[in-house]
Amino acid sequence: MNRIRNLALAPAAALLIATVAVPFAILATYAFRSRGTYGGVVSPWTLENWQRLADPLYAGILARSFLVAAVSTVLCLVLAFPLALAITRSGRWKNLLLALVMLPFWTSLLIRTYAWMFLLRDTGLINTWLLRAGLISEPLPLLYNWGAVILGLVYAHLPFMVLPLYAALERQEPQLLEAAADLGAREWQAFWRVTLPLAAPGIRSGVLLVFIPCLGTYLIPDLLGGGKTILAGTLIQNQFTSARDWPFGAALSLALMAVVLVLLWLEARRSQEALL
Amino acid sequence: MKRWLILSATLLYAFLHAPLLVLALFSFNAGRFTVWEGFSLRWYEEAWRDARLIESAGNSLWIAAAATALATAAGTLCAYGLWKRGSKLLMTGLTVSLVTPEIVTGVSLLALFQWLFRYAGLQLGMHTVILAHTGFCLAFVALVVLARLRTMDAVLEEAAMDLGAHEWEAFRRVTLPMLIPAVISAALLAFTISFDDYVITSLVAGVDTETLPMVLYAMARRGGSPVVNAISTVIAAVLGAGILASEALRRKA
Repeated sequence: MNRIRNLALAPAAALLIATVAVPFAILATYAFRSRGTYGGVVSPWTLENWQRLADPLYAGILARSFLVAAVSTVLCLVLAFPLALAITRSGRWKNLLLALVMLPFWTSLLIRTYAWMFLLRDTGLINTWLLRAGLISEPLPLLYNWGAVILGLVYAHLPFMVLPLYAALERQEPQLLEAAADLGAREWQAFWRVTLPLAAPGIRSGVLLVFIPCLGTYLIPDLLGGGKTILAGTLIQNQFTSARDWPFGAALSLALMAVVLVLLWLEARRSQEALL
Repeated sequence: MKRWLILSATLLYAFLHAPLLVLALFSFNAGRFTVWEGFSLRWYEEAWRDARLIESAGNSLWIAAAATALATAAGTLCAYGLWKRGSKLLMTGLTVSLVTPEIVTGVSLLALFQWLFRYAGLQLGMHTVILAHTGFCLAFVALVVLARLRTMDAVLEEAAMDLGAHEWEAFRRVTLPMLIPAVISAALLAFTISFDDYVITSLVAGVDTETLPMVLYAMARRGGSPVVNAISTVIAAVLGAGILASEALRRKA
């Protein structure tokens, strides 16, 4: 009887071994080896790649990645909260409004990021309008800076924050707020002391669902930062392409992966249930 | 509802949707610049005549179709197997595959293919892209289908087997028909993710294979053009329609 069940799991297991386990095993061995003269991976085993992570230049990039991901996550939280609250209180429009949050999320990250380039660049829509309105005499440098990168990150990840917040807020009994009001709480007090604490599980999953992809982002800083904004993802890509330092790139990848897994593990332990 | 809540929600919906709508609008602009000069389809015609774009779009469609078929088959079977008999190891594998940053998936697969090149002479090309895409679509399919299975009652299959069906028959004639909407919705999701991928594809495609996102990315890095707006509009419309169809199917299920 178990044969069919095992058979059903076999193709997926083979795929995961081929595309996850073996590639990670290869990265793990590369991370302890040296870069050859022409960019290959050569034999002497070494810890140098890991020591370089502490080099101020690279440690700075990693710290910046944390900071950018944290700022984007906080902005997502601040923006998503009223949106999620509005959806839970929208009655029969609920499903439509939820679908409208999801829709841009499914229509291609590349295109949504490009849409911001179209709006922000020197000859883009915003600058063209401001110039024609005579409000500015030269285009504002809106694109290719950290502000544009964070804007792009918030825009791309907002749905990840709205959905768990909505799920948490939806579960709250409206009577709780009535009870708070009966007991003399003002509206903002009820929000701070009832709505917000009860939404904590949703906030935690939302924060994780936004922070993790922001930490490893590559496409958004590359396009909206124009190659001037180096983050962990860009640094890794660089090591495997132009810099051709695969051992160091492997160490960076494993370090990033370790951070992601530790964050997930901490959350799974806290909530006693799988995140996914 | 409070007025400020309605106002902020409206602004946020504008923030979410305006950029794509404006992009789509200007893809029909007669002029090259961001000033409206009248309706025209010239950028769509120009995109259609661009052999490189058409060829890369063909590659993307073919890769997404192959990866979707493979990932949907393996993922559905996997979800079924996990439903009947949990496997913590496999579940962990799927989760890891899902949360790995794209760039890390990309470089780890590049390392794998380079290793296979050195020891088995494997060249980069469409096949390596299809394998990579199948790999990262698998977890999405398996988890979507598993979520649906968990809402179903195992008793139905047991009843079929009590009535003399073999396990395989019970799966094919009882469980699978009820599962079809979830499988289709998972397949559409896989297709979308595969068709859209740039980061992983660009690392494992080699020099001879180009997908549509790779061409678009190169054009966007050079600052973009109205042609990019036109193609973006087509892709967004097709993917959006696919996802809406999949949502409708899932809700009906």
